[in-house]
Amino acid sequence: MSDFRMPSLGADMEKGTVVEWLKKPGDRIARGDVVAVVETQKGAFEVEVFENGVLSEIVVPVGTEVPVGAVLARIDSGEPKPAAAPAPPPAEVPAPSAPLPALPPLPPPRPAGERLRLSPAASRRAAELGIDPHGLAGSGPGGAITLADIEAVAARAARPGAEKGRRGFDPAAMRQAIASAMARSKREIPHYYLGLPIDMSRALQWLAVENARRDVENRLLAGVLLLKATALALREVPELNGFWLDGAPRLSAGIHVGWAISLRGGGLMAPAIHDADGKTVDELMAALRDLVIRARTARLRGSEMTDPTVTVTSLGERGAERVYGVIYPPQLAIVGFGAVRPAPAVVDGVVAARPTVYATLSGDHRASDGVSGSRLLAAIDSRLQVPERL
Amino acid sequence: MSGRRKTTYREAVREAIREAMKRDPRVFLMGEDVARYGGCYAVSKGLAQEFGEERIRDTPLSESGFVGAGIGAALGGMRPIVEVMSVNFSLLALDQIVNNAATIPHMSGGQFAVPLVIRMATGSGRQLAAQHSHSLEGWYAHIPGLKVVAPATLEDARGMLWSALEDPNPVLIFEHVQLYNMEGELDDDAGAVPISGAAIRRPGRDLSIVTYGGSLSKCLAAATALAAEGIEAEVVDLRSLRPLDDATIMASVARTRRALIVDEGWRSGGISAEISARIVEQAFYELDAPPARLCGVEVPIPYPKHLEDASVPQAESILAAARELVRPGPA
Repeated sequence: MSDFRMPSLGADMEKGTVVEWLKKPGDRIARGDVVAVVETQKGAFEVEVFENGVLSEIVVPVGTEVPVGAVLARIDSGEPKPAAAPAPPPAEVPAPSAPLPALPPLPPPRPAGERLRLSPAASRRAAELGIDPHGLAGSGPGGAITLADIEAVAARAARPGAEKGRRGFDPAAMRQAIASAMARSKREIPHYYLGLPIDMSRALQWLAVENARRDVENRLLAGVLLLKATALALREVPELNGFWLDGAPRLSAGIHVGWAISLRGGGLMAPAIHDADGKTVDELMAALRDLVIRARTARLRGSEMTDPTVTVTSLGERGAERVYGVIYPPQLAIVGFGAVRPAPAVVDGVVAARPTVYATLSGDHRASDGVSGSRLLAAIDSRLQVPERL
Repeated sequence: MSGRRKTTYREAVREAIREAMKRDPRVFLMGEDVARYGGCYAVSKGLAQEFGEERIRDTPLSESGFVGAGIGAALGGMRPIVEVMSVNFSLLALDQIVNNAATIPHMSGGQFAVPLVIRMATGSGRQLAAQHSHSLEGWYAHIPGLKVVAPATLEDARGMLWSALEDPNPVLIFEHVQLYNMEGELDDDAGAVPISGAAIRRPGRDLSIVTYGGSLSKCLAAATALAAEGIEAEVVDLRSLRPLDDATIMASVARTRRALIVDEGWRSGGISAEISARIVEQAFYELDAPPARLCGVEVPIPYPKHLEDASVPQAESILAAARELVRPGPA
């Protein structure tokens, strides 16, 4: 059984009308026989068949217009027709509409730099190695992070000797780590900045008296007073001590102060002085000395790098007047101290020269507000005014 | 044990034609000035004397006519080699090549083969100005039904012709005009080589320079200079522009993770654009940098030597582009 279909009688013919059937069901037909007359826009045409058999059924009666390809009749050619599975109905394709639909407004362009520039190969490798590429400095085109950048991070991580090794540290790796952390900080943390000049007269007087009766090796540095005052002040303003994790502040019960130490080969680290608020100034002094030596000989423990709940950076005697620190993520704040210098101060209504340290606070505005930061700086100030109780 | 002998690209092509003429009596060469003058690039010099003007045939200045005659001869069972003086002139035969040669095997349901070979000179560098110097092979690489090859070495110049004649499809062989004088050594028993597949001409780890034809030797020179800077470039000679050997290109890019495509043709819509798109489609996650293209400047090739040189990739500009890709300067 086969189908006899409306033929295409020209490239522009889309449909036709059967105007006459020249054979009737049951008639024997042979290849070349004219079986019907079809009317098109170009006139009437006789239509022939291309096989032999018996006309078994007329499907389209005279006078009916059908598209090209429509079944007009069925021919029994004597050969069994293979049973074909019914074809699935074609999907509805909407006809193209003449006027274009109105477009919804386009979203605004993304701000430049929002998207991480990371090569596809680097992206895949970072995922394999579990490395967060955010904050890495890229060496590729336009500062893109490349495969080599990711593998350099992996190589450093896979080289534990570099951390506790005795041959110092890799300045390039250190730079990379600082770049990564600081870029992440500035990208993610909305900093607010506060500053307060603090009169250091009493603290330095106390220190002079105290050091006068100590051996040289047991003498205290002014920095240790700043450290202790900050640790104690954080007891009063705990909302600045801890971490920003998973979109919320997570405050820390222990006050582990990361003390910023600059390294001779370049670079910086801020290892933890654990429970700094509970240590005496002598204990803190010993801890500081120990940390500085170990930091400069690359013998710090890993936990000392991750434990700090806050950072203190003190520029020391030869430093600048003020330092506006960049928070070390995921910490919530960094307290900075400039060099102690004589500065005009108003004391009892009179301008007088006083040794002064400019204290600053950079706070994570997601976790705290300026009022908390102000309270912290004020608390540091008042602690430094009673140095004997530090 | 066979030896090696000094030869030139021109002689290698001539030797290939001579071998084909000897091996198969159905082979003949025709084109403008190929017989008495010996070919405008002297490729067929002496062949008319050797094989006679029945088989080395001068044609009238009618590209459409003699390319069409070549198609007819191929359909009739011959193995014609048609020389078109330059790819610029082949535009006069575009209808024969694109509408006839490329389509007849398909439209005949495979009943007719068109074992035609068309040789064309392409490219700049001979101060022949804008009507004789363009690199339009990328256009032909757009056409299904054609095979497009670009021999860049003596071996390929010597070996691709016979394989092209054996192929039932029309094959276009693009000979860069600056290659004809290239000297080198060839095995005494050098013979047919496949016309499909790209070749790694220099292995390297830092980037893949993908090129073909007249740019290959410039890319190899640039690669040598790059090695002195510690950059190891892998140089991929496409050999065939249609079909493209995706597997070799992608395997190379997967090794080096960077691709520089060097093409004397124009950038917009060129073969280098196609290669770049395929690399992005097929090797995106292997890439460590966006694919780079170094193409001809989009001007008609100028006549003055310094401008002509400046309008297409040279070893120095390839070197700079490769360096920028591997060690980008300040953004």
